[in-house]
Amino acid sequence: MTVKNIALIGNPNVGKSTVFNGLTGLSQHTGNWPGKTVSLAFGTFVHRGQAFSLIDLPGIYSLMANSPEEAVAIDYLRQKKPDVVVIVADATCLERNLNLAIQIAQAYCNVILCVNLLDEAKKKGIQIDLDTLSRLMDIPVVGVVARSKKNLDRLKDQILCTSRNPADPDSVLADFTEEIITDSVNRASTIYRACVRLERKDYNAPDRTLDRIVTSKSLGYPIMLLLLSLIFWITLQGANHISEYLHMILFGLQDHLFVLLTSWNAPVMLIDMLLFGVYQTVAWVVSVMLPPMAIFFPLFTLLEDSGYLPRVAFNMDRCFRRACAHGKQALTMCMGFGCNACAIMSCRIIDSQRERLMAILTNNFVPCNGRFPTLIALISMFFAGLSAGPLQDVIAVGLLVAVILFGVIITLIVSKILSMTILKGLPSSFALELPPYRRPQFVKVIIRSLLDRTIFVLGRAVVVATPAGLIIWVLANTYTGETSLLNIFTNALDPFAGLIGLDGVILMAFILGFPANEIVIPIIIMTYMATGSITELDTLQLRTLLVENGWTTTTALCTLLFCLLHFPCGTTCLTIRKETASWKWTAAAFIIPTVSGLIVCFIVAQTLYLLGV
Amino acid sequence: MNDKLLPLDRLRVGQKGVVMDIAATDSEKRRFWDLGLIRGTTVESLHKSPSGDPIAYFIMGAVIALRNYDAEKVLVASSM
Repeated sequence: MTVKNIALIGNPNVGKSTVFNGLTGLSQHTGNWPGKTVSLAFGTFVHRGQAFSLIDLPGIYSLMANSPEEAVAIDYLRQKKPDVVVIVADATCLERNLNLAIQIAQAYCNVILCVNLLDEAKKKGIQIDLDTLSRLMDIPVVGVVARSKKNLDRLKDQILCTSRNPADPDSVLADFTEEIITDSVNRASTIYRACVRLERKDYNAPDRTLDRIVTSKSLGYPIMLLLLSLIFWITLQGANHISEYLHMILFGLQDHLFVLLTSWNAPVMLIDMLLFGVYQTVAWVVSVMLPPMAIFFPLFTLLEDSGYLPRVAFNMDRCFRRACAHGKQALTMCMGFGCNACAIMSCRIIDSQRERLMAILTNNFVPCNGRFPTLIALISMFFAGLSAGPLQDVIAVGLLVAVILFGVIITLIVSKILSMTILKGLPSSFALELPPYRRPQFVKVIIRSLLDRTIFVLGRAVVVATPAGLIIWVLANTYTGETSLLNIFTNALDPFAGLIGLDGVILMAFILGFPANEIVIPIIIMTYMATGSITELDTLQLRTLLVENGWTTTTALCTLLFCLLHFPCGTTCLTIRKETASWKWTAAAFIIPTVSGLIVCFIVAQTLYLLGV
Repeated sequence: MNDKLLPLDRLRVGQKGVVMDIAATDSEKRRFWDLGLIRGTTVESLHKSPSGDPIAYFIMGAVIALRNYDAEKVLVASSM
């Protein structure tokens, strides 16, 4: 039995990935803005004894290759000649989607039109006559609600049925002239009018009203800041409690482990190394870093799923235009809050090579989920006061927002500088789709991203924090003469680190944190504890530890700034290399934020020293 | 009719226009076509961003934001 190849194609943001997941059962993140399907996803499924291989192609608007993304999809159709092409369309936005469907139906014979989001359409009073649509398009049409897997079996039946037809070996894509395009656009409109009945003429009035509010002159920016603050506030509140709880459990467990290992007569050095080297580092990562990450990520995903982020890009576009950058850079920056490596990949939504590089090179100025807890920890320890209270909360959230805004300003400045130097050019034309708002799938998003994040962070903690903890322990316990290797090493870094307001330990932590940013604070803690006498510490005493090791407000501020402005993590660097296919640009992406950080920290530190702070 | 031709970005919010011509290079034109902006398409100006640029338009059932620098290349006949 041969496996039949099925290609999923459609405009961006029509729930293609949801259909893909529904058909294959494979879990994949689906987003709510154009071009979220950044790499090709493959999956398989078997239906009534026939095996199918399914590919999820990047979202495209037409069969004219305008962007690298579109070229990928079109090349695939040309070269692989799939047995069946399934076009996924959004029922709430059918006219526009039909344009692509018509182009594809003209070029291929084994085509199925899958009309998704029927539930949303129904809510908006959009009635679609699927039979007429099928007759006029002259291809099979299946209506589905991919989110709730409604009618997906019918889609499978149809795929099976269509795949039995011989594929046309000579299917070609015509060159697109104005006549052909005009024809397909006009046909799309004609078919749309024949098949779709609107119960309410103003079916999208709620969306328009909401749009007018969130993009208005007076409320546009305040709403953006408020939403950001709200997310930070929930994160801070939740994280504090969970942190303390996790700390209690994990460090309580440490005593039990100690008793257990001793009862096995394990060598003292081994116990020491495992517990105070490896275990404690991992425990710090889990207790301090995990909670904010696990809370912030689902909240941001909810915002993303609602369709609000393209509105942010819409509001912010003026700034990016001034910086000669692409308007969609705002979207790739938002992605950076989750993960800079993912954000680098999402830069593919930017067509122009120049502007894409600009977005890639500056993406690291947005603190990712792994650096975010460091900012939170520093702000709550040094700037917001330790006692919890409404005022402290407001200060903490305000400072966090200020730090993020500072990152955005640096992004714009560096983008502008780039556009005047190594990335000269004018902004290319761009069109930003503002997709319909959708009610996020609260429970699913929260459970999924909580689990995903937790498992991901735990995995990284074990893989990265374990060796880091080991290295520090070994260095701290290997002596040449009177001083440990760790001291020699950090002392060597001290003079340089002092110039930028840090100390050798902090700088070393950033360097050792290259594989994963979330181990920076744990490394700092472990190093101070290894050189000092404290072995037991709860989260509230962290500040004491840092102050005892010479931290001042200046140190905290510079650490905070350097966390925001420094080299991207290892994964991000590798992704940049893959996306730009150039070590030169990878080096630039490494050097630019690092140099920015060094300059900013130097200026801040020297100014504060001079002022005698 | 000519006196009514105006660049897309000059449509008032809520006003509709029919695309009459696109004054752009071939590759730029293809981007506009991609969006469904061809001769004869009706476009509605929906709302402006806080700075007045870009502006969101209703084109073929979708909401698309265009920078004024680009939108001014699309000439429309206003229908009111």
